[in-house]
Amino acid sequence: MSDSKVNMVAPPEGVTGEGFFATKLNDVVGLARANSLWPLPFATSCCGIEFMATMASHYDLARFGSERVSFSPRQADMLLVMGTISKKMAPILRQVYEQMAEPRWVIAVGACASSGGIFDTYSVLQGIDKVIPVDVYVPGCPPRPEQIVDGVMRLQELVKNESVRRRSSPEYKELLASYNIQ
Amino acid sequence: MALETTEIQEKLIENFGSKVLQFNQERDIFTFEVDSEIITAVILFLKNDPALRFHFLTDLCGIHYPDNEENRQFAVVYHLHNWYENKRIRIKSFLNGSNPQIKSVSNIFLCSNWMERETYDFFGIDFVGHPQLKRILNMDEMVSFPMRKEFPMEDSGRTDKDDRYFGRTTTNQPIVK
Repeated sequence: MSDSKVNMVAPPEGVTGEGFFATKLNDVVGLARANSLWPLPFATSCCGIEFMATMASHYDLARFGSERVSFSPRQADMLLVMGTISKKMAPILRQVYEQMAEPRWVIAVGACASSGGIFDTYSVLQGIDKVIPVDVYVPGCPPRPEQIVDGVMRLQELVKNESVRRRSSPEYKELLASYNIQ
Repeated sequence: MALETTEIQEKLIENFGSKVLQFNQERDIFTFEVDSEIITAVILFLKNDPALRFHFLTDLCGIHYPDNEENRQFAVVYHLHNWYENKRIRIKSFLNGSNPQIKSVSNIFLCSNWMERETYDFFGIDFVGHPQLKRILNMDEMVSFPMRKEFPMEDSGRTDKDDRYFGRTTTNQPIVK
């Protein structure tokens, strides 16, 4: 093990004793979730190309526990929407989000997914947060892979600190209800 | 012998008289106007006449002229191509502004099926006789025809174009008009 360069995630705060370690369930679950986010790329344009670079060996998103890119929404935790979403495509995006199992997170990558970008026009959805809730917005047109990695790391912070009860809280249900998602 | 524009013009006038008009060489393409009542007959004639042989429909699209008189507010433009002579022509047909209707050419040129749907989608021009005239590119719920000039270009749902977010407001100065 001495010549190994594997970086381990630090354990959460807790009480260590002889043969035991006590901590909060929240922290353990958060740690496990945050370091194994399975991404679902929903790539429609140039931001998707940047994400391909992000996944590939040079930037290597796998370092953050996102090794396994899921192309089925049912096994994914993190929906990455990259590119212009037209109004005609909005219901499909929504359906993909609805098929994901809880807990699920969304990153809007790039100007188009975040706000419609330069496409201020009748056919383009003015930001995906008009149809689904978004956790992290990554600016840029398109963003550099470093920015996408930064967005993923910020999401990891959110995931780590999320309460295990959040998804059944009335606030969360209200949020989903405001988007008309069951 | 190359196909001359004068020959096309003479043949059309011989068959359709004054309903085919405004013959004009616009830059490199021979253009004329056809009464919208006889558009299918003219296109069928141009396709089947052994000398003309315009057997290929390159493009079909719409134009909106809101400032024209009522009966000329919409136009449908047809581009035809004769591959034997490599000769192209453009046909314009003007339509009524409040009730734009024209016969479909989708049974003459199958490729015009989607082009007519697109023209309907963006201009609301009704192609009579089209087998499936419904929106093709825009979402089905859309109620307007976005390429008409009265339609606003920008999306009204846009919320981030507020000057306050860009430091462009002059809060301490009176607005000079």
